[in-house]
Amino acid sequence: MKTVDARGHSCPIPVVMVRKAVTAEKPEALEVLVDNQCSVENVTRYGKSQGYSVDVAAEGADFRLSLKK
Amino acid sequence: MKKISWLVVVAGLAVGAAAVVLTLLGNPSNMGFCIACFLRDIAGACGLHSAAKVQYVRPEIIGLVLGAFIIAVATGEFKAKAGSSPATRFVLGGFVMIGALAFLGCPLRMVIRLGGGDLNALVALAGFVCGILCGVFFLNRGYSLKRAYPVGKAEGGVLPVIMAGLLILVLAVPALFKSSTEGPGSMRAPVIAALLIAAVVGALAQRARLCMAGGLRDVFLFKDFKLLYGFVAIFVAVLVGNLINGTFKLGFELQPVSHSSHVWNFLGMALVGYGSVLLGGCPLRQLILAGEGNGDSAVTVLGMMAGAAISHNFGLAGNADALNEAGELVVGGISTAGKVAVILGFAVCLVVSVMNLPGKEEKA
Repeated sequence: MKTVDARGHSCPIPVVMVRKAVTAEKPEALEVLVDNQCSVENVTRYGKSQGYSVDVAAEGADFRLSLKK
Repeated sequence: MKKISWLVVVAGLAVGAAAVVLTLLGNPSNMGFCIACFLRDIAGACGLHSAAKVQYVRPEIIGLVLGAFIIAVATGEFKAKAGSSPATRFVLGGFVMIGALAFLGCPLRMVIRLGGGDLNALVALAGFVCGILCGVFFLNRGYSLKRAYPVGKAEGGVLPVIMAGLLILVLAVPALFKSSTEGPGSMRAPVIAALLIAAVVGALAQRARLCMAGGLRDVFLFKDFKLLYGFVAIFVAVLVGNLINGTFKLGFELQPVSHSSHVWNFLGMALVGYGSVLLGGCPLRQLILAGEGNGDSAVTVLGMMAGAAISHNFGLAGNADALNEAGELVVGGISTAGKVAVILGFAVCLVVSVMNLPGKEEKA
């Protein structure tokens, strides 16, 4: 499964990275790594707007978002 | 996507109400809050420039940073990180300030001025939108100032500690600092009120991720209206406050601390919009991020203070409209040097945009 590593990036860059992956490959599922709560909220909102369900899991100081159609 | 985020709306209404209250308590008209003006005042108070009318250690800036810091620590969102092109951010922060002082206000004050009926802010808003579109153009092509990395907690605490130190110094030894006796820098809300109101606003802005540039940027980038509701809520609160207080005055000329030089209001705020998108947030958002432990935003804030010093030391900042002795209108505006600096700012933003596209990085 494709993973977008957006750790270290502040918004809107993580959402731009996710959008690029979504529009280029239209994946059924996608994992996204971010390191701040603001990006969690923004990527979640974007994912849902594109028809994905979004699960968030904390991984140490980071977050793994699982986007699924 | 179009579901209203009530936290953002509440935060926006609170920021707008705070701006109205701070003006009633003594801050200059249509300047209850202005990040650019207040950083400029602090730069002046520290002797970084010698414009006598704009020197004061504004407690609002200290309160915003400390409010964001405290809420970020309390909610576990304080994360020390840095290393995302700090020198570039310093320079961009400087030019954002030069653009803001050409217009005479940051994006937050632009909205506050709009709520006071100052139509120059409408011209500036058009420029702001154009500047944001320039930034969005490059974001869509992969522009990024590269990632930041986790750093020690002490690094993340630099701006909050500077602000706390500044507060202690100004309370303990006020004579250390320059202090305006006339002009906008002499018009002040009481220190404690300004500090507390700003701390609440800083905390709310942190929770709501309030950002003046982000509101419009996200609409153009993702059709995401969340942050824009905050922008609109600030305007509504300030408008209602001014109508209640009888301080709403519609027009272009002789508005409080503003000029009606349309081209430079437009271009000044266009530069702010462009630079803010390249930085990832408006001047208010930079203060809040610095409070959350972002060292790159702390560098940006210091860059903005340097920009303020340069603006006043080289006569780049806007001059307000005024009446001469005969009672005739003298339209303010910016000097030739100021115009050159704003144009230079666009050139710098363009170079930064192009140099930070993915293709350029791969070739390097």
